[in-house]
Amino acid sequence: MRKTRRLFMKGGLALLALASLPRSLLAAVWPKDSFGSTSASGALQTLLGADVTTPSSQIKMKIPEIAENGAVVPVSVTTDLQNVESISIIVEKNPRPLAASFELPPGTLPKISCRIKMGETSDVMAVVKTSNGIFSTSSEVKVTIGGCGG
Amino acid sequence: MANQIKISAKLKDGIADVKSLMLHPMETGARKDPDTGETIPAHHITQLVFTNNGKQVMVANFSTAVSKNPFFGFSFEGAKAGDTLKVAWVDNKGETAELETQLA
Repeated sequence: MRKTRRLFMKGGLALLALASLPRSLLAAVWPKDSFGSTSASGALQTLLGADVTTPSSQIKMKIPEIAENGAVVPVSVTTDLQNVESISIIVEKNPRPLAASFELPPGTLPKISCRIKMGETSDVMAVVKTSNGIFSTSSEVKVTIGGCGG
Repeated sequence: MANQIKISAKLKDGIADVKSLMLHPMETGARKDPDTGETIPAHHITQLVFTNNGKQVMVANFSTAVSKNPFFGFSFEGAKAGDTLKVAWVDNKGETAELETQLA
């Protein structure tokens, strides 16, 4: 058991060494500091350069009020705001709040959907960055089974 | 590796509605193996890039808080039949997968 794990780890490291090559295929940089941040404000500050957001009713977030399984919480975000540059999803009480961040080039509609994990009941915030500022909406999701531990 | 991604794109009035599904464990790094008690190292997709005819239409950055076998949907304008939509992901171990499809 242990031996196979060690072998697996070695293989993993070798892969990691090789990995720097295909990474150049991907244009944008993965925002490591923002994803590593343990606070929502820290994540926003490093990701968007400001941790203050303007609440906006023009952002519509569709997320269940009660999530039976925190490991799979479907969320979708759309907005009427113009010139959207990015949409980010923040789960305030997750160990690392920033769940995902989407960069939208011109021509891509501000409409995304994905599925996230939630460790416990928490506010979930959709943050939309436009050329005019940073806007957000949030809603509480009650989690009955967490999705972060075992 | 193409079977690690499923993609469907519906074209209507120049707008492509894209739905994609990746096969990936998305380990958080916080979970413990129930048999050995050892922490399972984090293993998750970090970035997902969509290009249409070589033009980038979406970059999605994921943390470990995106669910196992991630689903992701979005839409973009300026699409037409015959366009080549390509999706590629890379994970924190440097593994990659990509898939191309023709819009119809």
